[in-house]
Amino acid sequence: MSPLILPDPDRGVTSRRNDIVKQLKRLVPEATLIADEEGCRTFESDALTAYRCLPLAVVLPSSTEEVSAILRFCHDNHVKVVPRGAGTSLAGGALPLEDAVVLCLSRMNKVIEIDPSNRVARVEAGLTNIAITEAASKHGLFYAPDPSSQIACTVGGNIATNSGGAHCLKYGVTVNNLLGVRMVMMDGEIVEFGGKHLDAPGYDFLPLITGSEGQLGVVTEATVRLLAAPEGSKPILIGFDSTEAAASCVAAIIAAGIVPVAIEFMDRPAIHVCEHFVPAGYPLDAEAALIVEVEGSEDEIEYLLEKIEDIARDFLPTSLRRSQSPEETALIWKGRKAAFGAIGQISDYICMDGVIPLSQLPKALDEIGWICRKYRFDVANIFHAGDGNLHPLILYNANDSVQLERVELCGGEILKLCVALGGCLTGEHGVGIEKRELMYEQFTDEDIDQQVRIKEEFDPSWLLNPGKVFPIEGRDAQRMRSIELTDLGPEVETGVEVAIEAELAEGHEVP
Amino acid sequence: MTGSMRLGFHAPETEEELAALVFEAAETRTPLEIMGKGTKRELGHPVGAGAVVSSEGMSGISLYEPTELVMVAKAGTPLAEIEAKLAENEQELPFEPVDLAPILGYAPGDGTIGGVIATNISGSRRILKGAARDHVLGIRAVNGRGEVIKAGGRVMKNVTGYDIGRTLAGSWGTLAMMTEISLKVLPAQRETRTILCFGLTDQTAVEALCIAMGTPYEVSGALHIHADLAARLSDEEIAGARIRSPRSGSRISRPRRAIGPTACARRCSPIARRWNSTANAAKRSGTTSARRCSRTSPIPLWRVSTAPTQAAKLVGNLSRKIDARVVYDWSGGLIWIETPPLTDAGAVDIRRQLAELGGHATLIRADDATRAGIDVFQPLEPQHAILSAKLKHAFDPLGIFNPGRMYRDM
Ligand SMILES: Cc1cc2nc3c(=O)[nH]c(=O)nc-3n(C[C@H](O)[C@H](O)[C@H](O)COP(=O)(O)OP(=O)(O)OC[C@H]3O[C@@H](n4cnc5c(N)ncnc54)[C@H](O)[C@@H]3O)c2cc1C
Repeated sequence: MSPLILPDPDRGVTSRRNDIVKQLKRLVPEATLIADEEGCRTFESDALTAYRCLPLAVVLPSSTEEVSAILRFCHDNHVKVVPRGAGTSLAGGALPLEDAVVLCLSRMNKVIEIDPSNRVARVEAGLTNIAITEAASKHGLFYAPDPSSQIACTVGGNIATNSGGAHCLKYGVTVNNLLGVRMVMMDGEIVEFGGKHLDAPGYDFLPLITGSEGQLGVVTEATVRLLAAPEGSKPILIGFDSTEAAASCVAAIIAAGIVPVAIEFMDRPAIHVCEHFVPAGYPLDAEAALIVEVEGSEDEIEYLLEKIEDIARDFLPTSLRRSQSPEETALIWKGRKAAFGAIGQISDYICMDGVIPLSQLPKALDEIGWICRKYRFDVANIFHAGDGNLHPLILYNANDSVQLERVELCGGEILKLCVALGGCLTGEHGVGIEKRELMYEQFTDEDIDQQVRIKEEFDPSWLLNPGKVFPIEGRDAQRMRSIELTDLGPEVETGVEVAIEAELAEGHEVP
Repeated sequence: MTGSMRLGFHAPETEEELAALVFEAAETRTPLEIMGKGTKRELGHPVGAGAVVSSEGMSGISLYEPTELVMVAKAGTPLAEIEAKLAENEQELPFEPVDLAPILGYAPGDGTIGGVIATNISGSRRILKGAARDHVLGIRAVNGRGEVIKAGGRVMKNVTGYDIGRTLAGSWGTLAMMTEISLKVLPAQRETRTILCFGLTDQTAVEALCIAMGTPYEVSGALHIHADLAARLSDEEIAGARIRSPRSGSRISRPRRAIGPTACARRCSPIARRWNSTANAAKRSGTTSARRCSRTSPIPLWRVSTAPTQAAKLVGNLSRKIDARVVYDWSGGLIWIETPPLTDAGAVDIRRQLAELGGHATLIRADDATRAGIDVFQPLEPQHAILSAKLKHAFDPLGIFNPGRMYRDM
């Protein structure tokens, strides 16, 4: 039913299931082992809920040594392993396989050390992202990468997907804030990379591990950089009557030498949904809105906001509103961070994660609108504009298998557009299973072979999170291309206000 | 097999030409020395290759979008050209590349961007903005099989596939030869102020710098200079922190208060001049800190990376063994150490300290005989040596590129 396939399960392994579970139990008696169907069900998917698969078993270890013992056992018995943090991956990166053990790090959630003098934290990989900042804040320090999912997602998952967040325009993404990891290789060997010093002796394995989607090793501990919290910060909310104006304003701010800590973009549907969910005073009359946040002392903030307002005025904003209080600031961000959830309440959606060069933003948004109309889906756009990382949310009905196939085609077309405009398939969610078959859009055979060779040096038997990232022989790509667009099925009812009607009235054709 | 390959110097002008050359070298098992303009040839172990391949034929800025904060340049583009182009738009390379050329006896500004990224040596501003490798958005390269590969791209964020670009940073041309690099650039730091504290011990200086780093004032340089070296520069011992000051006339009292009392400074004076001019003359402070150690003769020079709070102890212990001159950068996280011309350039003593305190050391400069006799790069733990060999194998299975440059048997 689902368009993407997973590698054929190793029947030799699935048939030995009971035996494997028994041996695992004996091997790591202290670890939590889940083998009953109901228990495994909790782990059958990640945040890409369209795909589900019951794993062989789930193990929740409590130490690196246990992780090592489990991996060594799986290695020796040719059992596949799917590492998992909180399961918030939007790309199916933590999707289980029928013949795989899910290795879930969520019980390894200790802060090992906060070292304020060297400004680093050492934490276990199952710790949630936000817990680092919570532990560091008493020293006036914070951990910069702040994915919207930060109350749930784990440091290990962040490393595996090189997570970013709203504030990464200024502070960078996970790879820029990671100083060291403790990692267990598929054969059980425990290796340390990096530490409290800033650069690597010899080859730098950290960027290779970061973003490798759990395919090179299981990260059990991380040393991350902490930064001094800014004196203050303040957002300004700017409404525009076209996406072009909003996009041009972003470019003009950067051209003026200002790099705000965040520039978030919302289109009309996103503004409406968020305002409905959290009344933060988003401009309902605007076609697009920007949240631009700056940091510094009070003087600096006022100075920068004045400059930004001046720049914005050139683009005839429909509204310009500086936050007047910390409460208002919190509300503005609450709306933004709750956006996915808000949209999730009215409809199922898939969240795309393509990146484009900023100068292509108006064109990209325009074309995304057209692609979605072609497939008859509503779309809301809410994303980190400063770095061109788009997040079109395509609304569909997950219970309708025809729609699922169509929405994936629609999403695929959007991602191809991103690549064609000079960008890439994924900025922060990872390839997972979702974008696996699109890899050839961006890479040549040689490019992919080079990556595969690295994978094979680390995990020659392909036991660690297989079936993700790399295309499975383009079989699906073929199939996806051959699906006829004439079978589109009924129009989708999602309840989001989109301007399709208006477009139709203007005489645009919808195929 | 295509018979033996032409030895000597090659400077291919296109990626295809380079790929063909490397393919031929692979077929004939001819080792290649990879370089840009060769300004760092005296760094690392001498490469005994008959054929030299330079990136200088592949030069030029292929794309520059100031409003997207991105520049794409061919690997052989001179650093000076890149910096000049960025300056036209009041932008800069955020990591403040250290120009090693003068330290190694070459003219400043001569190096290529490929060399800067391949060595990943960042300047003082690294503590605020990240290392050279952090600014690599994507690369094109030729691997040891003679295949053209690319990774990443020209956009700010990218997790599409493994991050090969940043992995090549700091690999000293031993994995693949980069042909084009896309970089994140930033608006130039416009106004900064420097706070100087005089008369501090190493320990208190590093403490003061760490405190400065813990303040919200965006410290972009945190340097401590020993008395004897500072004397060549001015007549006093200096620890300095460069902080952000986005408005002219903005007050510096708050950061000074934060640093001052702890440092028990004899005098803690803000100076309005730019950090660079303060640190006297060199264009970049990172360069300055390194160059300050330099002389015309190849006095051994080390670059030591450690946790800032270990720095003073490390230097203190070392000073009991050898007569070292040091400059602390990165609030102590980076130490440039000049050692007397001992046969091992002090390697044993330095590395013994590092084994205890954590970190690693690279010998940046020494004469050929010294470099031939010791490990220039930090010797790897057995586990890391195995993994490094595997990584090398994934890119360059026949060991064509820069054999022995980083590690003798690799
Ligand atoms: C509402 C919502 C908002 C989101 N917003 C953002 C955002 O703003 N920015 C962003 O970047 N992402 C965002 N995400 C995506 C997701 O939260 C991130 O990818 C996150 O880093 C995943 O962490 P996790 O712990 O849930 O990992 P999981 O989903 O459990 O796993 C993700 C991947 O990491 C691997 N993995 C997990 N732990 C380890 C480990 N210890 N060692 C090795 N591999 C491991 C898994 O195998 C898998 O490939 C969002 C997701 C949701 C649902």
